[in-house]
Amino acid sequence: MSIPLQAYAAYLPSWRIAGISRGNRVVAAFDEDSTTMAAQAAGALLRGVGTRAVVPTLHFATTSPAYLDKTNATAIHAALGLDRGTFAADVIGSARSGVAAIRAAAAQGGLAVLADVRTGRPGSADEKLGGDGAAAFLFGTGPGIAELEARTSLSAEFLDRWRRPQSDTGEQWEERFGFEEYADLVREAVAAVLDDAGLDGADHVVLTSPNSAVNKRVGSLVKGGLSTTGSPIGHAGAADVGLALAAVLDIAGPGETILVVSAADGCDAFLLRTTELLAERRQASPVAAQLASSREVDHLTYLSWRGLVELELPRRPEPDRPAGPPAGRATGWKFGFNGSRCTSCEMAHLPPQRVCRGCGAQDEMSVVPGTRLVGKVATYTVDRLAFSPSPPVLVVVVDFDGGGRASLELADADPNALGVGDRVELTFRRFFTAGNVHNYFWKARPLLAAVSERSK
Amino acid sequence: MASNGIRDQVAIVGMGCTRFGERWDQSSDDLLLDAVGECLDSAVGVRKDDIDAYWLGTLNSGQSGLTLSRPLALDYKPVTRVENYCATGSEAFRNACYAVASGAYDRVMAVGVEKLKDSGFSGLLRTDPPSDGTAPELSITAPAAFSLLDPAYCNKYGVDERAMREAMTHVAWKNHRNGALNPKAQFQAEVSREKIEASPTVAGRLGVFDCSGVSDGAAAALIVRAEDALNYTDHPIYVKGLSLAAGPMRGGMDPAYDFTTFPEVQRSARDAYAQAGIEDPLKAFSFAEVHDCFTPTEIVLMEDLGFTPRGQSWKDMLAGDFDLDGRLPINPDGGLKSFGHPVGASGLRMLYEAWLQFQGRAGQRQLADPRLALTHNLGGRPGGCVSFVSVVGNELG
Repeated sequence: MSIPLQAYAAYLPSWRIAGISRGNRVVAAFDEDSTTMAAQAAGALLRGVGTRAVVPTLHFATTSPAYLDKTNATAIHAALGLDRGTFAADVIGSARSGVAAIRAAAAQGGLAVLADVRTGRPGSADEKLGGDGAAAFLFGTGPGIAELEARTSLSAEFLDRWRRPQSDTGEQWEERFGFEEYADLVREAVAAVLDDAGLDGADHVVLTSPNSAVNKRVGSLVKGGLSTTGSPIGHAGAADVGLALAAVLDIAGPGETILVVSAADGCDAFLLRTTELLAERRQASPVAAQLASSREVDHLTYLSWRGLVELELPRRPEPDRPAGPPAGRATGWKFGFNGSRCTSCEMAHLPPQRVCRGCGAQDEMSVVPGTRLVGKVATYTVDRLAFSPSPPVLVVVVDFDGGGRASLELADADPNALGVGDRVELTFRRFFTAGNVHNYFWKARPLLAAVSERSK
Repeated sequence: MASNGIRDQVAIVGMGCTRFGERWDQSSDDLLLDAVGECLDSAVGVRKDDIDAYWLGTLNSGQSGLTLSRPLALDYKPVTRVENYCATGSEAFRNACYAVASGAYDRVMAVGVEKLKDSGFSGLLRTDPPSDGTAPELSITAPAAFSLLDPAYCNKYGVDERAMREAMTHVAWKNHRNGALNPKAQFQAEVSREKIEASPTVAGRLGVFDCSGVSDGAAAALIVRAEDALNYTDHPIYVKGLSLAAGPMRGGMDPAYDFTTFPEVQRSARDAYAQAGIEDPLKAFSFAEVHDCFTPTEIVLMEDLGFTPRGQSWKDMLAGDFDLDGRLPINPDGGLKSFGHPVGASGLRMLYEAWLQFQGRAGQRQLADPRLALTHNLGGRPGGCVSFVSVVGNELG
């Protein structure tokens, strides 16, 4: 009845807050936002799909947009190096926006990318029970990894969770009020979608909701034959339903049914049936593996990352905002990490140059897309003087496999564990915000063990 | 590199240099007036109105020739403002020399000034054009960029990290020891090796004492035709060679670059030596003033300037070869380490030490019978920089 799911990928940031009750609160680094995490998840997806990818649309869902009045999906689109003809748009506002993006991609073909940074007041339930992350799904014609067999959507207006656009932290009514509303909606939607599919139940059930009481009682509302799960990291806003689905796709067998239920301002239910192709097209780095690969950040530093406390910074000037025209001229480099390669002598140049540093030829360069490059650290240092929203700045000179060198900041790394020869990949980051402009560019980051293994 | 050079065609016949330091008491204007005043007073019978043209070097302390013509109330003289990163002061000097050599003017002055301390920030500030926000030098500081030399050098030559640390410490210890003898230095005290190594880390293994200071200062040089020099002073400095190399910034893009050398320094040294007729730089010089912005820089410079074979500099440094009483004193005035680095002034401050040494006025730093000296400035960072080298002497021929 609709376009099959072709591929999926999730992205969890490396950092966990130390010393708050859950201990495994997944948090985006200071240089990550919904846009960068979306680019990471979608980038991992497209890397897995390779040249087969057909992406006519990109719908980006978040409750924490980096910009308003400017489409954030175009930055993701640029970071993915997608064709100009791809329709890229934001679906902004609530957990339900994630469902809207998936519905749009499933209907039209293309990418649904869901990402969120969930911020709670210090000490709040949202701080403890939320999670930051991203998930991406590609729908397209041809044999896929899962078919969408049925879906139901119910809408309802009541005050359970809300936030004014001017605020980074939200509010919730007494959770038991929302739970009663949602319990009825979930039962009705599940009955309808199973009826539509002609089934009595599903093999796997995932149920996510911004309402914490719903999350505590997933099993009492609906049960799967093989598994029943909620959000893998805590409520992740618009990304929550996507992360939960991705975690189930990591483990589901062929020909199994997955009932996806999102209880957010109503209730949306999807019934998916996996195919034989799922096993060979699972994401390279499963949600569970990403959860396990983590680094701790202390609470105070975390609060500074979210702007909830202001720490003393090195006595250095804050950077200027990136300017529109030069950034516009350099979009291929800034967002796509496109270098150039001399067609005469093959020397690679990062950033792209007109005159070859090897043979001197002018304007004999071909563009080389760079975001998937991996390389090794030629030398490194730790800069304790440089301005950074979270000092110190780790600096690496990276020699890329296949040619090219660049000096880059290193993200998500331990300043005391750097070494010449370390393997790194690229990661799209927000360096800083100046003059209300976010400065996006690529950093290096230690190559995840799973990917490192694969690249051998 | 091809250059004809202007060997022995022009001479420095007067110089001035302010005390460098945190000059909260003086503006750029005050510093300029003091440096130019001392410079005029040091030459016989020269008044401000006798100077035909000026070259002013400053990175950030003003724009255009008006930065000099206004405080000095110059009488509609040509003033050229020069900027070339940390080689700015040397560039003002180089271009002023060429103006005399060309015959365009009889008497010119090169002046450099920098007021770094008014900003309230640590280190140098950059003023960059609007950008796309991707250049690493926008966020990576100079000490971090130069700290890359240390592990790369150790790795290439198999130098033990502890030995390299001691060599870097020796650079700081030596230059502060020299600076302790200099009444114009920012820091006029010896610093113990223990204190150097215990200083707070700035970047990589560089501590505060591995970095040059941040200071205010100004310096000036009066330049005339060589044949006229003795009309102004009994102790002219004759210019033997002047060279500048601006790199293509290949090192940052080319995996073949290993962060143990500055190709720009090699090129500029080779050119200056050819102009000056120097065949063996190991033996040619009485002393040298080099760009010791960070301690590992000086170690690498000794090799790039040909003062020691590749991989040998750290040993020579530890052996005291470059101490005030060593085979080739390096930075006898105390260097950037003791003076700080007011960018526009530093290159001229280096020449000021030659001025004093050749006149026998260097006090406790005085070297025996100095004849030929080298000054060197470097602006930028490993992988891409501008490098200036001058060769100057106290005799013609």
